[in-house]
Amino acid sequence: MNIVVNGEQVNCDDDLTVSKLLIEQKVKMPEMVSVEINGKILKRTEFEQTLLKDDDKVEFLYFMGGGRWA
Amino acid sequence: MGLNEQQIERYSRQIILEEVGGTGQEKLLCSKVLIVGAGGLGAPAGLYLAAAGVGTIGIVDSDKVDLSNLQRQIIHHTGDVGTEKVDSAKAKIQAINPDVTVQTYQSRLTAENISEIIRQYDFVIDGTDNFASKFLINDACYFEKKAFSHAGILRFDGQLITVLPGETTCYRCIFRSPPPAGVVPSCSEAGVLGVLAGVIGLLQATEAMKYLLGIGELLTNTLLVYNALEMEFYKAKLDRNPDCPLCGSSPTITELKDEQQPVCDLKED
Repeated sequence: MNIVVNGEQVNCDDDLTVSKLLIEQKVKMPEMVSVEINGKILKRTEFEQTLLKDDDKVEFLYFMGGGRWA
Repeated sequence: MGLNEQQIERYSRQIILEEVGGTGQEKLLCSKVLIVGAGGLGAPAGLYLAAAGVGTIGIVDSDKVDLSNLQRQIIHHTGDVGTEKVDSAKAKIQAINPDVTVQTYQSRLTAENISEIIRQYDFVIDGTDNFASKFLINDACYFEKKAFSHAGILRFDGQLITVLPGETTCYRCIFRSPPPAGVVPSCSEAGVLGVLAGVIGLLQATEAMKYLLGIGELLTNTLLVYNALEMEFYKAKLDRNPDCPLCGSSPTITELKDEQQPVCDLKED
């Protein structure tokens, strides 16, 4: 199936969970990432069981701070 | 209030814009913007908002200017190293535009003092560099119903979103709570391209001006992500999160409190 990850077309296997997608996309620190599918933010506890569907639009949203820890 | 001749000339390139006009310029002169952090993001935002004639600019920062700041915090000059950032920023703003009243707060925002400060302003620019402050600003702006611009920068990447609390997606809708300590690198650890602070800080200032003037489409329900190496701007559309602990349907955060700072605090740069 085809999904869109952060605006880019990605071809992937059926039965792909969000957890597996994070691994496939080589996201090094998943605890830094919020995942949104078709405009809805997913709970972290839903990563394991959420299956992706054809044409899903997935966004990986990263924590980004600034100059320093204060 | 009416503009004097000098003001009409000073702001002529802006007044000539149909969407601004004399009325818009007067609005700006009566407006109050709070900039939290006179650093990479706050520096360009402060300079341009001052030049544009935003009448009152508040600046919050507890730090002194360090030599390593100057690569991106352009409101501070070489001779300012060692001085208070709020004083350095105030001097530059007043040199650019004497129309602007500058309020300085040489302190760190906490759950105790933030509400009283932001209450006095029309719009808040989050130019802070740490997650505890970012969550605190988000929460305080929610309780005070204050519009604000959130942003972050790291290495070659930056992102921002404008929040109209209670109406549009907030920072906690996207990120429920700060990341675990030590997981996210800081700029002093990971570095940041100096110009990136300018690009993102000025996008925040742009949002502030649009909000004050009531023109255009605000960057709400949308996280704008910028990568300098690819020169790519990407908009991630984000609906409000019904499970948001702050602005969702059954909130668990009902009063302001400070988020824990990461235990493994890195030395400030």
